[in-house]
Amino acid sequence: MSAAAVTPPIGAFTAGRRARRSLLRAKWPLLALALLLLITAAALFGPSVAPVDPNRQNLIARLQPPLAVDRRSHRVYWMGTDALGRDVSSRLLYGARISLAVGLVAVLVGGLLGTTLGMLAGYFGGTVDAGVSMVADVQLGFPFILLAIMFLLVLGPGVVNLILALGIGQWVTYARIARGQTVAQREKEYVEAARALGLGHGGILVSGILPNILAPLIVIASFNVASVILAEAALSFLGLGVPPTVPSWGGMLAESRDELLAGHWWLALFPGTAIMLTVLSFNILGDWLRDFLDPRLVAVT
Amino acid sequence: MGLTGLLAKRLLRSVVVVVGVTIVTFATLHLGGDPTYLYVGEHASAEEIAATRVKLGFDQPLTTQYLRFAHGLAHGDLGDSLTFHEPALGVVLERFPATLELTLTALSLALAIGVPLGVFAALHRGRPLDGGIMLLALLGQSVPSFWLGIMLVLFVGLAWHWLPISGRVPLLDPLFAGDWRTAWTNLPQALPFLVMPSVTIAVFSLARTARLVRSSLLEVLSQDYVRTARAKGLSERRVIVHHALRNAWLPVLTMLGLEFGFLLSGVVVVETVFSWPGVGRLVFNAINHRDIPLVEAAVIVFSLLFVSVNLLVDLLYLRLDPRIRLA
Repeated sequence: MSAAAVTPPIGAFTAGRRARRSLLRAKWPLLALALLLLITAAALFGPSVAPVDPNRQNLIARLQPPLAVDRRSHRVYWMGTDALGRDVSSRLLYGARISLAVGLVAVLVGGLLGTTLGMLAGYFGGTVDAGVSMVADVQLGFPFILLAIMFLLVLGPGVVNLILALGIGQWVTYARIARGQTVAQREKEYVEAARALGLGHGGILVSGILPNILAPLIVIASFNVASVILAEAALSFLGLGVPPTVPSWGGMLAESRDELLAGHWWLALFPGTAIMLTVLSFNILGDWLRDFLDPRLVAVT
Repeated sequence: MGLTGLLAKRLLRSVVVVVGVTIVTFATLHLGGDPTYLYVGEHASAEEIAATRVKLGFDQPLTTQYLRFAHGLAHGDLGDSLTFHEPALGVVLERFPATLELTLTALSLALAIGVPLGVFAALHRGRPLDGGIMLLALLGQSVPSFWLGIMLVLFVGLAWHWLPISGRVPLLDPLFAGDWRTAWTNLPQALPFLVMPSVTIAVFSLARTARLVRSSLLEVLSQDYVRTARAKGLSERRVIVHHALRNAWLPVLTMLGLEFGFLLSGVVVVETVFSWPGVGRLVFNAINHRDIPLVEAAVIVFSLLFVSVNLLVDLLYLRLDPRIRLA
């Protein structure tokens, strides 16, 4: 009889359902999500799908153009072979691992570091705040890529150092947002209540404030994965990425450099396109997440 | 706080950042333990290593080392390049005009194209044109710049022979030497060389500028004073130009400083693609030869420039933002 029985209660529109609806209405984010799933699948199952071992050299079949057929095995090199006769399509499949793993883990490192420092700065204020702001200012005083180059030159290249260099380069963004948001939450009633109930600083920060400031951080993280993947590719291109035995998109581009003048375009075209599509997907997803989670955040990026 | 107070605070922050930059650079050098090994060849004997350690002062306590480092820096001495065997700072500064030339050209391109695109998209909000521009902008922010450079070299340069794929005719070097006549006569030859590298570097910033200008303008357009201006019966053109854009460009100014630093970083990679004889390619070669002092000098020079540009932008901001100026 009553109106309440006809219209569903507001709580029925859970975040999950709202997200699904909004995703289905927008074409691009859905496409981006599908593409990312595909790339993740390549990263996870690449080894079992790849036509050949990405490191197997075949000097007879060097620099075969795309769609060339191997004379002995009659296998098709869909994306051609490189200067050592390695199959480009197999290397591309394996390369998804490095780009995704490095991108995600570096963002996780930077995000954790930045959120922690930012929340501490916002919550305690005073000296802690001043200290964190000062370090952030100093970090922003460096052109990021150059500092990363120096870091990797001193410590040597490798996956862990690469992730550290990229991750540490990102923390400031998270710290700034986490700080501002924490300051806004600090004086709210629920924090007061938690304090009155005898919850310690750690408890208030982690179980009280963090869930309330997570949305903008997630949005930033999505864009951030995109820019970290680009930075990883740039560092790999400069020869500071993962070792050459591990196929990576940036590394493939670095190797293509010597083949450019000979016009072996496929060596650069495919890995570059892979990077671009991955980064584009993360950017589109970030755009959608931003509109979905926090419409007020439009001006941040 | 008055304007003088704000100024003093801002200047102090720059000083802190500069000191911080020197500390971080110094600390990075020592991250892997004894930095002596970065300065000697792989097959150096124990005596050689010990001699280098004493020569470079790495046997001293860290504080002494830092003070020596800071003292050297203040006197423009950052040690000798391991490959050039001359002062690293000099080597970097010598190639600096080439890099600055590329950065400034790219920045101008990004602004000259990005700002109108952003305004245009904002004025056509929600229509296909807006969607198209924003999608292109998103694409521009997703392309690895050096890969775009490679594609340009492959197609525009090698396949169609439209533009030279490498090399440079100096513009800024004669200008810095006070010889504007040479710079002027060099200009026609210099431009074709500048096109591809500067476009490559500019694309990302151009896309970001367009997006920022669009969102900044849209935000301003939703303000009360814009509605008031419209209600007064002002023409749309007048509302946009005199009321909206005047306020929308302040965030763009802040971005400009950051963008400059970002472009400087991008130069390192793109110069390598086009063999542009600037600091970027120098750093690339330094990476290959593990020439630490050279990279260190480049890091310091870029950082100092970056800090100064940001200071300048902030001072301009203080001067231009009426909310601060009139406070």
